Amino acid sequence: MTQWTVVCRLDELVPERGVAALLDDRQVAVFRLHDDRVRAVGNHDPLSGANVLSRGLVGTRGGAAVVVSPMHKQAYSLDDGACLDADAAIPVYPARVRDGLVEVGLR
Amino acid sequence: MRLVVVGNGMVGQRFVEALAARDTERRWTVTVLAEEHRRAYDRVRLSAFFDGVTPDELTLAPPGVPSGVDIRLGEPAVAVDRAARVVRTAAGEYPYDALVFATGSRAFVPPVPGTDLPGCFVYRTLDDLEALRAFAAGRATGMVVGGGLLGLEAANALRLLGLRTSVVEFAPHLMPMQLDAAGGAMLRQRIEAMGIAVHVGTGVTGIAASPGGLRVAAGGDLAFDTDVVVFAAGVRPRDELARAAGLAVGERGGILVDDTCRTADEAVWAIGECAAVDGRCYGLVAPGYAMADVVVDRLLGGEARFGRADTSTKLKLLGIDVASFGAATGPLDAVYADPAHGLYAKLVLSDDAQTLLGGILVGDASAYGVLRAAVGGPVPGKLADFLSSGAPDVALPGDAQVCSCNNVTKDAVLGAIHDGCADVPAIKACTRAGTTCGSCVPLLKSLLAEAGVAQSTALCEHFAYSRQELFDLIRVRGVRTFSALVAEYGTGRGCDVCKPVVASILASLGNGHILDGEQAALQDTNDHFLANLQRDGTYSVVPRIPGGEIVPEKLIVIGEVARDFGLYTKITGGQRIDLFGARVEQLPAIWRRLVDAGFESGHAYGKALRTVKSCVGSTWCRYGVQDSVGLAVALELRYRGLRAPHKIKSAVSGCARECAEARSKDFGVIATESGWNLYVGGNGGFRPRHADLFLSDLSTDDLVRTIDRFLMFYIRTADRLQRTAAWIEGLDGGLDYLRAVIVDDSLGICADLDAAMARHIDSYADEWRAVLEDPEKLRRFVSFVNAPGTPDPSISFVRERGQPVPARQQPVSLGIPEVRR
Repeated sequence: MTQWTVVCRLDELVPERGVAALLDDRQVAVFRLHDDRVRAVGNHDPLSGANVLSRGLVGTRGGAAVVVSPMHKQAYSLDDGACLDADAAIPVYPARVRDGLVEVGLR
Repeated sequence: MRLVVVGNGMVGQRFVEALAARDTERRWTVTVLAEEHRRAYDRVRLSAFFDGVTPDELTLAPPGVPSGVDIRLGEPAVAVDRAARVVRTAAGEYPYDALVFATGSRAFVPPVPGTDLPGCFVYRTLDDLEALRAFAAGRATGMVVGGGLLGLEAANALRLLGLRTSVVEFAPHLMPMQLDAAGGAMLRQRIEAMGIAVHVGTGVTGIAASPGGLRVAAGGDLAFDTDVVVFAAGVRPRDELARAAGLAVGERGGILVDDTCRTADEAVWAIGECAAVDGRCYGLVAPGYAMADVVVDRLLGGEARFGRADTSTKLKLLGIDVASFGAATGPLDAVYADPAHGLYAKLVLSDDAQTLLGGILVGDASAYGVLRAAVGGPVPGKLADFLSSGAPDVALPGDAQVCSCNNVTKDAVLGAIHDGCADVPAIKACTRAGTTCGSCVPLLKSLLAEAGVAQSTALCEHFAYSRQELFDLIRVRGVRTFSALVAEYGTGRGCDVCKPVVASILASLGNGHILDGEQAALQDTNDHFLANLQRDGTYSVVPRIPGGEIVPEKLIVIGEVARDFGLYTKITGGQRIDLFGARVEQLPAIWRRLVDAGFESGHAYGKALRTVKSCVGSTWCRYGVQDSVGLAVALELRYRGLRAPHKIKSAVSGCARECAEARSKDFGVIATESGWNLYVGGNGGFRPRHADLFLSDLSTDDLVRTIDRFLMFYIRTADRLQRTAAWIEGLDGGLDYLRAVIVDDSLGICADLDAAMARHIDSYADEWRAVLEDPEKLRRFVSFVNAPGTPDPSISFVRERGQPVPARQQPVSLGIPEVRR
């Protein structure tokens, strides 16, 4: 069963940018898309080993929403966590907006 | 009416025939006085005589004589009495109502001793050739004085006569009137391959009889023994008769006529090689024919004038096709040189490469007709398409020398393309082709196209525009946001390629703070956090130290900040001090300390001006000639914050010893006794490149204005991530073009560039201080949005050589070959 945790208000997020959030001991990168949907993935960039994905640029690659690691520019799908440029993947977490609050789900 | 024509060469004959054809009413009764004993013959094909063609086969005159024409062979005119309007010969007098000189030229013989010795000949008439043939029989060696087209004809003649032949040419290369150095060199190579010795850049100083024949002395203490000497070093107009008659001649000889070919005496005309039309003589038959037609027209009451002469030439010399048409040199060249096959072709183009100005063909002149016809208009196609017998589709052979300056073959270029070079700058970097004169750049482009490398200028999948096009769109349409831009001119929501580009363009156009509004979402992480991301996710802070000059109090502050925040410190190559290991939430506090001490943080990141290094200059250095530190400080403060397609580095050296290494910078300044030398296009990095001298001995004002324009033009027109070196190399016309634009204002944009730089300077504000003063921006500098007091627990340090360094040392996988230790 999904445990929803509030991380911030939606209006604290800049559209098409992310923030890092700490859920238990997990670092999560939370993004606000241009249409105010939200996405949450692991903040850890498996290719560089640094917790930096929340600081990556958000955009589209062939129509899919992606975040690009600020370290070495690999793109990760915000929908399924797959790396589009290397054999790697990041965890994806459910995320939603309720009453102007951004919630991330952990199982 | 009575017309006397003096001379029955090619032009005189053409004149007589044209008049006969057009004077249907027989208004003119014509007398031709000819020096030679034979009717006009094809002097252009004179050498065919030695190929076995008989004089009769060379004759130009049709059998019989047109009615009303009296041709008197072997009866040269000896005097003209203009007052009486009579021409005298040894045999009689010929009154005229109109007189046409068509006396042609004589061979030029250098005024040196011995040219009248037996064995010395000129190469002008069939009689000359017959005498030469008679003398050469049974002899072994011959030398031709003159390496122009006539000289090479003569060399061929000697060769056909069985003589071991050499050519002496005073100019530095063969056929100096028609060819450039490279074409001349190619011709020389082919001629030497036939066993003809070629000596260029030396003149004959005298000829003496020697026991074995003749000894020819030449410049540089050269001496050649030979049996036969042929003078074929040009011609001089036969104007002696006209001079004696009191007619004016040109500065270099020739009977002076106007553009109707009439002398100052309205009854007297001159055509062909003896005429100096408005002072200029033409040594080719085509302009002579044109003059003949003009005079015919005038004599029949017409209004014809001699226009611009086409001095195009196409010849077969020693079996080698040689052609030149239009201009032999010009702003841009497309050059093909293939030494293996003795082929050389050059198209001379206007500076925008759109107009054909002329060209040279050696070895294969089959495209001469179409190319000559195209002079003055659009370039009719790729040079490559005109080679190989003019077949439009035939590609260059693989061993074709694409870049003659650096001896790069087509195969080498194709190899580079195969290895991943996708544009001209990449090919230049890889092969050096196109890096010297730049003339083969169009060829490189066509090779890229030929290899199927799509030269898409699209920035990324979201924009079909190049960076320059986007820049112009944003500037001209006044676009202020990425959303508006991508909605109208792009697709999707952008990416890590186009967003920073647009962010940079917006910043270059002065769009407020880089984190204002939507721009915040466009910035790469370094710009977003105004610091340099390091491998462990921390940042480094590099306080600006303009010119590398710093007072002790500030130096102490940097030390205190580093100590208090536990930062690793290192002195950089840009004459600054880098403070490493700052967590994102620490950045504002560090900036606060720096701002309070009178610093701003600095752009050690981002596509912007980094630093302007300097040596200590004339202030202290006993060799310095200018205040390099003062200038460096001024330049760094002037251009700080300027967003560009790539990083920009600079340096100022106070003397020619160049301690600041200015020539490794995008723009470097080196002091001279009288000012500053400006160098542009240097860089270190993966492919180091020295900057090229752009302008010399500039005043400080001129220097700064030039740099302003250089930077703004670069910012407006370069591709994404294109350093200045590649940008300049990619400009058709290179440095000369750049000078034309930003010095001579050839595009009329300098005022605009100046204004843009002025706006940048006026609007510059300390970006870090602005963050400190804006709670909305400041709010983003937290470790975790839901736990702002908790530092990233994954960041930890160990100590190394007394300083903190990241605890984690794992290899980084880069997109470039990995270095394993």
